[in-house]
Amino acid sequence: MSNMLAIAQKELKGYFASPIAYIVIGFSAILFGWFFINLLYYFDRMAMQAGGGFGGPQSVNVNESLIAPLFLNVSVILLFTLPLVTMRTYSEEKRSGTIELLLTSPLTDLQIVMGKFLGGLVLYAAMLAVTVVHMAFLFAFGNPEWRPVVTGYLGLLLMGSCFLSLGLFISSLTRNQIVAGMITFAVFLLFWVVNWISTFTGPTTQAVLNYLSITEHLNDFTRGVVDTKHLVYYVSFIAFSLFLTVRSVDSERWRG
Amino acid sequence: MIEVQHLTKRYGPTTAVDDVSFTVEKGEVLGFLGPNGAGKTTTMRVLTGYMPPTEGRAVVAGFDISDEPIEAKRRIGYLPETPPLYPEMTVRDYLLFVSRIKGVPRASRAARVNEVMERTRVADVATRHCGKLSKGYRQRVGLAQAVLHNPDVLILDEPTAGLDPKQIIETRQLIKEFGGDHTIILSTHILPEVSQTCHRVVIINKGRVVAVDTPDNLTARVRGSETMYVQVEAPAPADVQTALAAVSGVTHVSLAETRGPIAGYEVNSEAGRDVRRELASAVVVKGWGLLELRPLRMSLEEIFLHLTTEEVAHE
Repeated sequence: MSNMLAIAQKELKGYFASPIAYIVIGFSAILFGWFFINLLYYFDRMAMQAGGGFGGPQSVNVNESLIAPLFLNVSVILLFTLPLVTMRTYSEEKRSGTIELLLTSPLTDLQIVMGKFLGGLVLYAAMLAVTVVHMAFLFAFGNPEWRPVVTGYLGLLLMGSCFLSLGLFISSLTRNQIVAGMITFAVFLLFWVVNWISTFTGPTTQAVLNYLSITEHLNDFTRGVVDTKHLVYYVSFIAFSLFLTVRSVDSERWRG
Repeated sequence: MIEVQHLTKRYGPTTAVDDVSFTVEKGEVLGFLGPNGAGKTTTMRVLTGYMPPTEGRAVVAGFDISDEPIEAKRRIGYLPETPPLYPEMTVRDYLLFVSRIKGVPRASRAARVNEVMERTRVADVATRHCGKLSKGYRQRVGLAQAVLHNPDVLILDEPTAGLDPKQIIETRQLIKEFGGDHTIILSTHILPEVSQTCHRVVIINKGRVVAVDTPDNLTARVRGSETMYVQVEAPAPADVQTALAAVSGVTHVSLAETRGPIAGYEVNSEAGRDVRRELASAVVVKGWGLLELRPLRMSLEEIFLHLTTEEVAHE
């Protein structure tokens, strides 16, 4: 545990010692703010129409019309920012030779992998924490339900963890961080769009593709529903990616 | 302290280390000598648990590196060929991090880091970033990193490579200082280093151990005996050869070169016996001209070449 935390702390310090943390947090804050403003104007317009009796909906729900789409938009931000977080985790250590320090220290591979995952997760959580400010405004000037907000964040954390664990695995495959970043981005994108074709396929394929899509599982979370089905998907996705990472590091030892 | 038995490491079809066995006693400094690509680094990586052996086993400080890697690694300090530094960390932060993952108890970490920084003479750069250090400092921080948890065994891969002469002397001095408390394996392809710092030498070439001995014994062993070079001017070289061979203590005489009436001979004699006077008089008594008489000494360099090329010839 202490070993894992040592690695996590080192990773986190590494993020903040380089521009990565600031770029990731800064740009995601800007993008989130932009999405927020857009959705807020849209929501405002809808609310006016509802209140003004121009034949719009009788009432608009801030959770459904603003917060849920906002959370779904975050997945776009993750697509671009999380490869930056994970691309150097292993690649950089391999390139600079510091991996020799880690692998010859009294640490297990699992402790190293978990430490790195945790480090990335904390950075990601910091990135999400910035968005709490926007939510605070909604709570201050409106009265959204808090449950969908909490489950939405839970969903985002889980979805981000999937991306992080997958990125970690990809980073463990190469010593070139640009290659790692590019592949990670491509694979994230694939998992994001994998079900776009599903409307043109048979029902079985459609179900499979929808199940595979990382973002598809976020929907229920943003509506305040924590379905075991999605939890199982996310948790097993994370566990499997981390397992692959451990195996990849181990196989690296054999191949030299 | 270190026991390596029939260690073999293959990468796909290439065999990097082939059936290597040796032992290192407590407190000993063992030199690992071999040309680049001989398998030194691979052997060290196996010993430190960085990679598992394909065959054979390595026991470090009583723990098998494959069966109980964590316990073994607690007792090993390792300086890879390039010091494993994180460029964005300060020297102190880096050493604190390493002491933590190496299992130095929290309470004694700061004191231990200070102590090691003093010892390896890096205290003056404690707040500098590792990425901004000179090569000499990097190497010393690397050494500091290796000794932090006071390991029984120190494994140093080319600790003086790329340093300037002054830094080399300083680093050797440091290694000697650490030699008292730690068992050390160090690899090098610089020969004088071995005779200066090591108690024993393992010569490795093409993944195989060619010889294991003390630097002095190695010299003696390769010569097998004392060898003299004698140059004589005489009508018949065969007569000279017989005459020289007749001298008491001489074991073997071979004709090395001839230039007309002048011939050079290599005369082997029993180890530790000086036969120069007898050789000289044997020549002079016959009325031949003694042109040259000198002992043939092999430098470590020559031994190294001799041993490694001999090994290839056997294959």
